Amino acid sequence: MTLSPATKSAIVEAAAAHGGPKAAMLEALKLVQQAEGYVSDANLAEAALTLGVTTAEIDSLATFYSQIFRSPVGETVILLCDGLSCYLGGADAVRDAVMQKLGIGFGETTPDGKFTLINICCVGGCDRAPAALVGPDRTLVGPLSADDLTALIGGAP
Amino acid sequence: MSETPLTGRARADRSPHSFAKWQRIGGYQALPQALSRHSPDAIVAMVEAAALRGRGGAGFLTGTKWRLMREGAAKAGAGARYLCVNGDETEPGSFKDRLLMEALPHQLIEGAIIAAYAVGATEVIALVRDEYRAAAVALTRAIAEAEAAGLLGRNILGSGFDLTMRVHASAGRYIVGEETALIAAIEGERPVPRHRPPYPAVSGLWGRPTTVNNVETLSAVPAIVERGADWFRGLSRTDEGGTKLYGVSGCVARPQLIEAPMGTTARELIERAGGIRDGRALLAFQPGGGATGFLEAAELDVPMDFAHLKKVGSALGTGALIVLDDRTCPVAAIGRHARFYARESCGLCTPCRDGLPWVSKLLDALEGGQGRREDIELLHMHVDLAGPSGRSFCDLMAGAMTPLKSGLQRFGDVFAAHLDGHCPVGRA
Ligand SMILES: Cc1cc2nc3c(=O)[nH]c(=O)nc-3n(C[C@H](O)[C@H](O)[C@H](O)COP(=O)(O)O)c2cc1C
Ligand code: SF4
Ligand code: FES
Repeated sequence: MTLSPATKSAIVEAAAAHGGPKAAMLEALKLVQQAEGYVSDANLAEAALTLGVTTAEIDSLATFYSQIFRSPVGETVILLCDGLSCYLGGADAVRDAVMQKLGIGFGETTPDGKFTLINICCVGGCDRAPAALVGPDRTLVGPLSADDLTALIGGAP
Repeated sequence: MSETPLTGRARADRSPHSFAKWQRIGGYQALPQALSRHSPDAIVAMVEAAALRGRGGAGFLTGTKWRLMREGAAKAGAGARYLCVNGDETEPGSFKDRLLMEALPHQLIEGAIIAAYAVGATEVIALVRDEYRAAAVALTRAIAEAEAAGLLGRNILGSGFDLTMRVHASAGRYIVGEETALIAAIEGERPVPRHRPPYPAVSGLWGRPTTVNNVETLSAVPAIVERGADWFRGLSRTDEGGTKLYGVSGCVARPQLIEAPMGTTARELIERAGGIRDGRALLAFQPGGGATGFLEAAELDVPMDFAHLKKVGSALGTGALIVLDDRTCPVAAIGRHARFYARESCGLCTPCRDGLPWVSKLLDALEGGQGRREDIELLHMHVDLAGPSGRSFCDLMAGAMTPLKSGLQRFGDVFAAHLDGHCPVGRA
């Protein structure tokens, strides 16, 4: 897997917009992730090369930020809030229901590669507790209910 | 609108106004006034007189912060100076900055331009948390519109003042919101807190004078310039100026954001949120988000501002009022916070990195009825070790221990009851 010319040129542009290669490392990681879904070792190295920074430097960010994925994730990423306001709104029941339905725990991906479930707090939707963020736009969904998981997983069987 | 100057113009569906529409409904009136009629010092004085306190959590006086920045800038000499907008909102229970960025990006931009003029910044960088994608999109688009209208860029409105503004999208991690970590994040360093002093006003982003302000703080600025410091102070019921965007969540009938006079009481806010849901009674509340101490019914009439809440042993924090009803187990509630803070420790200080996961485990065990008597002693020990603010490299650890500390004080009997394997209040 290599980065597309479009991703590479976007990385170069980011360096100009962010005040230099180093300051653009996070943006580069996000561009890689946007294009490839996650940041593989090979793509990490290529992003570093494109920016002219070391792999170690860029990986020091990749391993720190929770929303940079260093291993493959499913087509749809579900960020389920486990904060207090969501707990008070019944988040534990929603968590149990979605885990049962998908057969995975936090940090895992369904075998068919469709969903990845991640716990997070707080998603700024405490007025819609229990809340979650779904998909590439991190769309806020809630209040969720354990009986109806459509907002989280659509019509998934 | 005049009672809710901060949010009165937000659309119900939170979609942002176009630049033209925003101007039609009174936007960008303060900026020309600021640039043509007032010196930067006069704006700082106005914000000082308005008694605006920072809405990021600590409640630092904004006018004082800006004055320190001007002093730092004078010493630093020629070169770049920065205003950073803190849009990292992640504190449990807080959902106010999301609205201000998503629905009212131009208000924030106008506030940021005026602030930049006042402190002498050459560039504004708005750090927006990764999870607020709609906010980053709205802000990026609004910045482009303001640039196209000549409100950003060179020689703004013929004033000779130059300024650029951009968005820095983050990628998760609560610690990024700590101001020195935020500066490190923008530089492309691992976002862990830095030693202070030097303070950002003296040496911040890339070693240059820097001011970091919260989204809500800056969003309040245009109205102060337009309508004056006296008007702004008059909005408040206490000595701290303005309205406050309170977020009410937890066990209330209608969780919501409420813009109300600074100093509004928890009783009123809970009432406006429909009261305690399902006709239950109040057990306790946190007035300002996850890192603030619990209060109970006796404190329902305390004016919710920085000074009054401090006096009763809690804090206004982010104004996120989290309500616990009488079926909520406080051990479980504190445990949820502990998990969050343990996960978000940046790892620099041992008591934070290793202490918080330990606390979280102890609380989980207690909640599950597996706690031992000495575990409660251990919890007290961790609270004592964390000590007051200032013992660790940043305030994450002290904040993390705050709900536990006040919980042990107020609900010691509930903790003890868990040792016998039962929860006297639990929701089950
Ligand atoms: C762990 C930690 C996280 C923080 N997160 C935020 C945040 O997300 N947003 C924010 O405005 N301030 C946050 N702060 C406070 C900032 O350090 C800083 O005080 C604030 O942005 C200053 O803005 P103000 O003076 O306008 O309040 C955080 C502080 C700590 C210790
Ligand atoms: S207190 Fe915690 S979050 Fe703050 S610097 Fe120390 S380890 Fe990092
Ligand atoms: S606690 Fe879940 S959205 Fe705030």
